[in-house]
Amino acid sequence: MSVLVAVECAEGEVKKSSLEVATYGARVAAMLGTTATAIAVGEASEAGLAKLGEQGIAKVLYDAEPRLKDFVNNAYTKLIAAAAEQEQAKIIVLANSNIGAAVGSRLSVRLKASLATNVVALPKTDGGQFTVKRGAFSGKAFSDVVLSGERKIIALKKNSIEASHEAGKTAEVAAFAAQLADADFADAPQQVVMQEQTGGVLLPEAALVVSGGRGMKGPENWHLIEELAQALHAGTACSKPVSDVDWRPHHEHVGQTGITISPNLYIACGISGAIQHLAGVNSSKVIVVINKDPEAPFFKAADYGIVGDVFDVLPKLTAAVKALN
Amino acid sequence: MKFLVCISNVPDTTTKISFTPDNKEFNKAGVQFVINPWDEYALTRAIELKEANAGSTVTVLNVGEADTEPNIRKALAIGADDAIRVNAAPQDAYFVAEQIAAVAKDGAYDVILMGKESIDYNGFQVHGMVGEMLGIPTVAPAMKLDLAGTTATLEREIEGGKEIVQVSTPFVASCQQPMCEPRIPNMRGIMTARTKPLKVVPAVGEPARTQVAEFALPPKKQGVRLIDAANAGELIQLLRSEAKVI
Ligand SMILES: Cc1cc2nc3c(=O)[nH]c(=O)nc-3n(C[C@H](O)[C@H](O)[C@H](O)COP(=O)(O)OP(=O)(O)OC[C@H]3O[C@@H](n4cnc5c(N)ncnc54)[C@H](O)[C@@H]3O)c2cc1C
Ligand SMILES: Cc1cc2nc3c(=O)[nH]c(=O)nc-3n(C[C@H](O)[C@H](O)[C@H](O)COP(=O)(O)OP(=O)(O)OC[C@H]3O[C@@H](n4cnc5c(N)ncnc54)[C@H](O)[C@@H]3O)c2cc1C
Repeated sequence: MSVLVAVECAEGEVKKSSLEVATYGARVAAMLGTTATAIAVGEASEAGLAKLGEQGIAKVLYDAEPRLKDFVNNAYTKLIAAAAEQEQAKIIVLANSNIGAAVGSRLSVRLKASLATNVVALPKTDGGQFTVKRGAFSGKAFSDVVLSGERKIIALKKNSIEASHEAGKTAEVAAFAAQLADADFADAPQQVVMQEQTGGVLLPEAALVVSGGRGMKGPENWHLIEELAQALHAGTACSKPVSDVDWRPHHEHVGQTGITISPNLYIACGISGAIQHLAGVNSSKVIVVINKDPEAPFFKAADYGIVGDVFDVLPKLTAAVKALN
Repeated sequence: MKFLVCISNVPDTTTKISFTPDNKEFNKAGVQFVINPWDEYALTRAIELKEANAGSTVTVLNVGEADTEPNIRKALAIGADDAIRVNAAPQDAYFVAEQIAAVAKDGAYDVILMGKESIDYNGFQVHGMVGEMLGIPTVAPAMKLDLAGTTATLEREIEGGKEIVQVSTPFVASCQQPMCEPRIPNMRGIMTARTKPLKVVPAVGEPARTQVAEFALPPKKQGVRLIDAANAGELIQLLRSEAKVI
């Protein structure tokens, strides 16, 4: 019995959300008195994988099949299932990403496992039950869920725990061959198109986020958001109407019908704070609201606020950040 | 082409969430239920593809008790041809997926469309489970879906970009914006919806694999600390020294 963590890699490095997954898996393993093994997917490198020792991973399995570089649902499912069998893993942890959750749901059927997605905290194991806390009602609530199956799969929400870094510890990287056949790659993508992100920061993984709403008046003013974001190394986001009218790309839309994020800092500029918007961001650790209307509902959900004009306030904030650095 | 569109019955997006006093159940009192917003993309796209492919049909499916029927009728009013309700409380995602897989197999549907995720339980899982149960591909979440004969071309959103994927029928896809402009029912649709067939079938399969033990609301904020706009830079100092987030 062991814990298996599935880590996603890009450009030879383990993604930030997967470092969180590795940390989570190692902690669960410690709780259960066992060890955590990782299986790598995506564009991995041995050097990048060995660093998973810093998150408490003892061993990393790596299948060098080149077609595993892109996300192929069937192949990834088969690969992780094979690793779970070899390691006799009773608990599998993945990122709650479009890859991790998609694979996790297939795996749960294949391995007859109980699945919890969108998990935000370490499990509780008292009373012989295995209970995890997960986000529900699109950021408006949490639910404690009992996973009753012998095997359990957990998809960990991004930014829910902080990755540990025990400098100098390395993991053993072991070759793993899942014996994948051509048929397993039938749903391989024809083409992968990456979008440019502000400052290269991926919004779902960002620790800091600067976001704009209709109060920004038009796409020509977004440089104010981007300049502050770049100074902070933050990602950029927007409200739904802003992406609906194409001022910003759709993948930046946060909220109940967009993505839900939980960064350490969320700065909302010219956003009123509608309930559907709040749902996507209210698990952010610190919320800053800049709005010229002191009655804007967002102030009720904020930790810090500035009642003022974004066109006046944003340049001042950017200058203050630059002065700090 | 036979399209199966799975719709979930969820609290309206403006709902203030609360629970029963023991925190074991969602408090439905006074709550307006709607078709899950993402499922509206699945439904509208299925209807558009039906219109473009003569001889096609769109069936809507919900796993739920009788109180979901107004939203099933709404889906019929938007343009689905008929409906199936699996008469059971949706215990968990695995249970729901079993019901959908059984209906899909029984009716030999070519294209099974769902929403990206339910806005109440946020699972993002039923589509993957159904694909695996039926041994067919699932593309989730899909931002674009085109059909040419039995070949579908989809755009799947991945973190930081998208993938172009081609699959042949049968397949499962979970839909999200900007796939289409969700339609709303018109008067004629509402009239004809009343007489469209809605079949109620019993549940099948194994018991649920997960149980909700308790719900909780996020902790309340302490209240906002306001900083004078003239002194906006002070905010940055506070974020570093007090909040310690930068
Ligand atoms: C089914 C459904 C789902 C939805 N899902 C989402 C969702 O996922 N995400 C989402 O964001 N919304 C969602 N919405 C929309 C939501 O209800 C609001 O309409 C939306 O969030 C408002 O966007 P906004 O705050 O940018 O614009 P507005 O509400 O127009 O607010 C603009 C704000 O900017 C302020 N302002 C104007 N000028 C300035 C200035 N110069 N300086 C400073 N402040 C200024 C104004 O005081 C105002 O508060 C949904 C709605 C529905 C019905
Ligand atoms: C009283 C009550 C108790 C519940 N207890 C639990 C519990 O203990 N554990 C648990 O996991 N869930 C529980 N649920 C949630 C419920 O079972 C969910 O419908 C189910 O888990 C699927 O939600 P999801 O977020 O996982 O779906 P997702 O995977 O996010 O949904 C994706 C898509 O699947 C389709 N879909 C989802 N649900 C249905 C449906 N019912 N009918 C047709 N299509 C559907 C829709 O197209 C949807 O967009 C409970 C619900 C109720 C009402």
